[in-house]
Amino acid sequence: MEGKVTKTVYLSLAIIVCAFMLFPLYWTIVSSLKNNTQLFAFPQTFFPPTPQWNVYSQAFGSQWPHLVVSLVVSLGTVVLSLLISLPAAYALAQFKLKITVVFVLILLIVQMIPSISLANALFLIFHNLHLLNSYQGLILADSTYAVPFDVLILRAFIESIPRELIEAGFVDGAGNWLALIRIVTPISKSAIITAALFSFLFAWGDFLYALTVTTTNSIQPITLSIYQYIGSHSTEWNSLMATAVLASIPAGLLLIFTQRYINAGISTSGIK
Amino acid sequence: MFLIPLGVYILVLFGYPLYYSVSMSFKNLNQITLINGNANFVGFQNYIQAWSSSIIWRSFLNTIQFTVVSIIMQFVIGLLVALLFNRRFPLNRVLRSLILVPWLIPQIVSGAIFNWMFSSTNGVVNQILLDLHIVSTPVNWLLHPESALIVMMITNIWIGVPFNMVLLYSGLQDIPREIYEAAAIDGARGVRSFFYVTLPNLKVIIGIVLMLGLIYTLKVFDIVMSLTQGGPANMTQLLSSWSYTLSFTNLNFGQGAAVANGLIVISLVFTAIYLWINRKTAD
Repeated sequence: MEGKVTKTVYLSLAIIVCAFMLFPLYWTIVSSLKNNTQLFAFPQTFFPPTPQWNVYSQAFGSQWPHLVVSLVVSLGTVVLSLLISLPAAYALAQFKLKITVVFVLILLIVQMIPSISLANALFLIFHNLHLLNSYQGLILADSTYAVPFDVLILRAFIESIPRELIEAGFVDGAGNWLALIRIVTPISKSAIITAALFSFLFAWGDFLYALTVTTTNSIQPITLSIYQYIGSHSTEWNSLMATAVLASIPAGLLLIFTQRYINAGISTSGIK
Repeated sequence: MFLIPLGVYILVLFGYPLYYSVSMSFKNLNQITLINGNANFVGFQNYIQAWSSSIIWRSFLNTIQFTVVSIIMQFVIGLLVALLFNRRFPLNRVLRSLILVPWLIPQIVSGAIFNWMFSSTNGVVNQILLDLHIVSTPVNWLLHPESALIVMMITNIWIGVPFNMVLLYSGLQDIPREIYEAAAIDGARGVRSFFYVTLPNLKVIIGIVLMLGLIYTLKVFDIVMSLTQGGPANMTQLLSSWSYTLSFTNLNFGQGAAVANGLIVISLVFTAIYLWINRKTAD
């Protein structure tokens, strides 16, 4: 319908918008590849004159323990959140009880509570339970981002499964658990992947709980490591920027390989 | 039975901390009583002290300014970008997903990036402003409260635009083409069709986007910590970061909780409005 010229105009506009939005990321990569003299040269160059690739092996060498912590915590959050959310989402979608409305309402509300409000209390609670500086503590705290989201997104999907399909499972004598495992779970694969992806990104990006429920350096996710880097007022911006790139890799990978799930996730988080 | 794990989970990780937070805010939990365990009930003292300091009002006004400006800008830019991507052109999908990246990377990373871009000595922003002769000397962005707050808002807007864009885009896609065609017959084209067709049909989505933006912006914490840590002299604190500072820097958990609970109340008011707009969801 639209002419070739108009399409070219739209495409150019879109490229400009993208360039604008992605410039900070481009600048991060450029900065990471400069040496200290080039970083503080005037005027600055908009591409690295002599790319210093070794900064990445150095950054990885010093940051890999933090990346591992983040990976363990994020995967733990995914598993815990799905274990709690999937059965609950099935029940909330399948059984029309009064309590369903209450649960959904509570989930919508707790999703909105500022995390700092929970963090104050969690710190003292975890202190009493000896959960500070532990993987379990971090996973529990991070799962508070994921569980409400996962239940709501999974419930919305399971509701859309034709009831006959689930009830067909009962004919064979299967109970609700078998129906959930054998029928609902395979059908809901895409929704489960979306929920898992977002749980992973929530936990990977968490900084608030990383900061508050750890008091020593023993377990430090990558976000906390970056924060301490900034706080140390060091001028090694190239290694900080290289670390920033490393910390962004999961988001990038997930976007490339699972773009449709991410779009679905954002849309569902706003409107059912 | 399927709901038991979730029920327990909500009670343990939301219910109990919230109860604990309320009870903390009525006790004189400070660096001394934290250690000897002799925190006493002090009534509303924490609330009175925490909410009458000059820093809390600075934080409160900062939070309002930060939230209002961020949301308006995120929304306007997000809507314009969504309208653009609602047109058909090559590479639409690829470019649309590239724009999501700022929203997906950890916020602390975004903060670190903007910290470096707005660095006074060698930040690229100063470089560009100097090259274009907009300023004659480098601006100390993060050393002055006013400009530091602007950098915080720019960072937050950059993060929020993709989120606004995706939601508004999906709303635009849901408007049936026939409505535009009917409106065109009645003479509504171009800008007129935007005001008479697009906006009225987006009403619910716009309400949802604005309310979610509001609630998410009230939570913002990472951006403050990675750009200014509330400084200089606590002039760029938001309510969230000030609550953190009271609890974890001053070790006054009672007052920290009093501020955090105030923040919860503010969020709940907007959550109520959000739920009212989005009534269908709970059915």
